[in-house]
Amino acid sequence: MTDVTVRADDAIPAAEVEDVELYHPKSWVTKYVYCQDAKVIAIQYSLTAMAIGLVALVLSWLMRLQLAFPGSFSFIAPTDYYQFITMHGMIMVIYLLTALFLGGFGNYLIPLMVGARDMVFPYVNMLSYWIYLLAVLVLVASFFAPGGPTGAGWTLYPPQAILSGTPGRDWGIILMLASLILFIIGFTMGGLNYVVTVLQARTRGMTLMRMPLTVWGIFTATVMALLAFPALFAACVMMLFDRLLGTSFFMPSVVELGSYLQYGGGSPILWQHLFWFFGHPEVYIVALPAFGIVSDLISTHARKNIFGYRMMVWAIVAIGALSFVVWAHHMYVSGMDPNFGFFFATTTLIIAVPTAIKVYNWVLTLWRGDIHLTVPMLFALGFIVTFVNGGLTGLFLGNVVVDVPLSATMFVVAHFHMVMGVAPLLVIFGGIYHWYPKITGRMLNDRLGKFHFWITFLGAYAIFFPMHYLGLLGVPRRYYELGEMAFIPPSAATLNIFITAAALTVGAAQLVFFFNLAWSLFRGKLAGSNPWHATTLEWQTPQTPPAHGNWGKELPIVYRWAYDYSVPGAAQDFVPQNQPAATGAAA
Amino acid sequence: MAEPALTNTGEALTRPAGWQQIAADWSSDQRAFKNVSWGKVMMWIFLLSDTFIFSCFLLSYMTVRMSTTVPWPNPSEVFALTIGGKSIPLILIAIMTFILISSSGTMAMAVNFGYRRDRARTAALMLATAAFGATFVGMQAFEWTKLITEGVRPWGNPWGAVQFGSSFFMITGFHGTHVTIGVIFLIIMARKVWRGDFDQERRGFFTSRKGNYEVVEIMGLYWHFVDLVWVFIFALFYLW
Ligand code: HEM
Ligand SMILES: [Cu+2]
Repeated sequence: MTDVTVRADDAIPAAEVEDVELYHPKSWVTKYVYCQDAKVIAIQYSLTAMAIGLVALVLSWLMRLQLAFPGSFSFIAPTDYYQFITMHGMIMVIYLLTALFLGGFGNYLIPLMVGARDMVFPYVNMLSYWIYLLAVLVLVASFFAPGGPTGAGWTLYPPQAILSGTPGRDWGIILMLASLILFIIGFTMGGLNYVVTVLQARTRGMTLMRMPLTVWGIFTATVMALLAFPALFAACVMMLFDRLLGTSFFMPSVVELGSYLQYGGGSPILWQHLFWFFGHPEVYIVALPAFGIVSDLISTHARKNIFGYRMMVWAIVAIGALSFVVWAHHMYVSGMDPNFGFFFATTTLIIAVPTAIKVYNWVLTLWRGDIHLTVPMLFALGFIVTFVNGGLTGLFLGNVVVDVPLSATMFVVAHFHMVMGVAPLLVIFGGIYHWYPKITGRMLNDRLGKFHFWITFLGAYAIFFPMHYLGLLGVPRRYYELGEMAFIPPSAATLNIFITAAALTVGAAQLVFFFNLAWSLFRGKLAGSNPWHATTLEWQTPQTPPAHGNWGKELPIVYRWAYDYSVPGAAQDFVPQNQPAATGAAA
Repeated sequence: MAEPALTNTGEALTRPAGWQQIAADWSSDQRAFKNVSWGKVMMWIFLLSDTFIFSCFLLSYMTVRMSTTVPWPNPSEVFALTIGGKSIPLILIAIMTFILISSSGTMAMAVNFGYRRDRARTAALMLATAAFGATFVGMQAFEWTKLITEGVRPWGNPWGAVQFGSSFFMITGFHGTHVTIGVIFLIIMARKVWRGDFDQERRGFFTSRKGNYEVVEIMGLYWHFVDLVWVFIFALFYLW
C-alpha cells in the first residue's frame, strides 16, 4: 500500500468539489419528518425496514409452528402457509435487507465516510425514502385485501402466480407487483445519489483507493442494483399487464377446469430469466455491503490493517461484475440446454475465486491481531463462519448434477438462509452495535449484546444446519405438511420440532435486541466521539451525533488510507485518516 | 502496515504506466470524472439504468415474438396509411421518426445558445423541441387510435399473434411516457431560462439549489437518449 500512505499533504489540490448547498430545516416537520439530511433519512429507512422485517419474522414463526406441529393450528390453512412463505421471503430479501443495507447504512455512512456534507441531491434522496415507505404500505395493504396477500412464492413464477388456484390472485399479486415497482422507483432515486456521492463528492485527499471497504461494498452493490432492478421492473410491469389486461407475455395457453383461458403463446421461462437476472445480483447486493462492513469491523476490532486492501477492492468489483453472468444457475431444472447449464455452472464456480480471496484476507487480517471480542467483532466473526458454510453448500448447488436432485428441497432453503439470510443479518447487527454510539452518542448494552449474539448465532445454526440433512433426506421445500411420504423417516418430524424450538428462541432474542436499542437510547453509557478508536472519518466529526452538515465549517482533509492501526512508532495504536503524515506514522 | 511508506518520490508515483495510470487517474482525488458536475453524472448513470429497462422490454418482445406459434402480423401492412386512395407502408412512422430526429437538432442548438447565455434563443429552441416532442406524442396517439379502431387490443388483434398488441402498446407507451415527461420538463426549463433564473442564481423549487445553464445540457442528454431509444424501437418493431 505504498502510495496510500505516502506523504500526500503537499500533493493535495485545492478543493475542486462543489459544496452541497444544504437545505436548512425551518421547522420540526422539515427536520424530522420531511427531512433532507441523509442521516435522518438513514434512520427513517432503518426503522421502517426493521418494522416490516419484524412482520417477516413473525411469519417465519408461524411457518415453523406449522411445520413442527402439522394439523394443530386451525388458523393456518394450506393457502395461508403459501402466503406466509411468499411474504416472508420477499420482505426479508427486498424490504428488509436491501433497504437496510443501502438505504440505511448507505445513507448514514457514505457521506460521513467520504467526507461529504450530505448526499449530492438531498431532495431526491428524501423522495426515495417516502416512495419506499409507500411501497411498504402497499405491501402491508395486501394483508388486508380481499383474498389476502399473494401465495405465489417469492419468485412469483408464472403461470401459477396469476392463476385462480393461487391464493391472493385477486388483489395480493397486484399489490405485490405494484409495491415492487414503487420500491424500484424509490430505490433508483436513492441509488443514484449514493453512486454520484462516492464518485464525485469526496473530500480532499479521499482517493478511491483510500475509501473504507464499507463504502466500496455499498457503492458496488448500488451500481449493481441500478443495473439489476430494471429487469425486475420490466418483468413486474409485464406480469401486471398479464394479470390486469389479459396480455400473454408470460402465459402459455392454459386449460383451467376443463376450459381454455384466454391466454396463449407467452413464455413462462422469460419471467424466470428476467427474475433471476435481477435475483442473483440481488444476493450480492446484500452480500457486498456485508463484505465491506465486516472488513472494517475486523480491522478496527483486531487493531490491524486489513490484509490486501487492493485485492479486497478488486475482489468486490470482480464479484459484482461476475454476478451478472450466473443467473441461470437458478434454472437448472427449467429444462434448459445442458450446454447452457455447463456455461452457468462454470461462471458460478469462478465467482468462488474472488470470494475465497476475501475470506483468506479476513483470516489473515485476524492472524496475530490484537483481537478485542467486542459485540461487533463477535458478529463479524460469526458472519465469516456462516458465510463460508453457506458458500460451501453453494458449490454443491452450483453444479448441475448435484443441484438437480437437491433443487426444491430443504437443502436449498438451508443454503440460502445461511448465505443470504443469516450471514448478512449478522453483519447488520454487528454494524448497528458498531455505529450506534455514533448515531446516538451512547453505547448499546454490552451484556445484552453478547446474549443477543450467542443466542442468534448458535440458534441460527440450530435452525438451519439440520435443514441440510432434511434436504438430503428429500424433504421438499414449500410444503405445508409432509403427509404420507414413505421415503422420509419419522425422525424428520422430531427434527422439525427441534428446529421450531430453536427458531422461536432466536425470535425471542431479537426482542432483546430491540429492547436494547430503545433502552440504551436513554440509559446507555455515554460513548464519546470515538469509542472504538477507529480511523475512518465518521469517527472524527466535531460533534457526536454528527450535526447537520457533518463537519462544521471546514471539510476534513484525508492524508492516508483507512487502516492505519498499530502503526509502529505512532503515538496511539490508530491514526485517523485526517491526521497529517508528519504527526502520524513514523514515515 | 504492509510496507513502510518510503517510496515517496513524487514523479514515480504520479506517472505510473499503462493500465495503472488509467486506474490511478480514475481513482484520484475527490472526483472520478474531472470537470463533470454532479447533475450530469447522475443523468448519465440514470440513463444507463434506463437503458437496461428498455433492453429488457425489447428482449422480452423478441422472446415472445419467437415463442408464440401464431404468425406475427406483417408490419408494413399494419402500419400503412391510406393516403389519396393509395396504401403507403410506414409513412406515419417515417414522419414521426423524422420529427423526433429534428427535435434532437433543435435541442442541440438550445444547449449551444444556453452556454452563450442567449436566453431568448435558448428558450425558443427548447420550446421548439418541446413542440416537436408534443407532435410526436400526438401522432403516436393518432396511430394508437387507428390501431384500436381496427381492433388491436393488448390481449388480441385481428391479424395474428396476441403478443403483437401487448408488446406494441407497452413499448411505445413506455417510450411515449418518456417523451411526455421530457416535454413537460422542457417547458419548465424553458420558462426558467426565459425568466433568467440561471443568471440571477434563483433557487429551484424542489432542490432549493441554484441552477445554471448546464441544466439545459442535462436536459439535452435525456432528450437525445429518448431519441436514440426510438431508433431501436423503430428498427425492431417496424422493420423486422
Ligand atoms: C428467524 C429467522 C428465519 C426463519 C426461522 C426462517 C424460516 C423460513 C421458513 C420456514 C421458510 C419456508 C421453507 C419452506 O417451507 O419452503 C422460509 C423461506 C424463505 N426465507 Fe426464511 N427464515 C428466517 C430468516 C430469513 C431471512 C433473514 C431471509 C433473508 C434473505 C429469509 C429468506 C427466505 C426466503 C427467500 C424464503 C423462500 C420463500 C419461498 O420459498 O418463496 N429468511 N424461511
Ligand atoms: Cu444465484
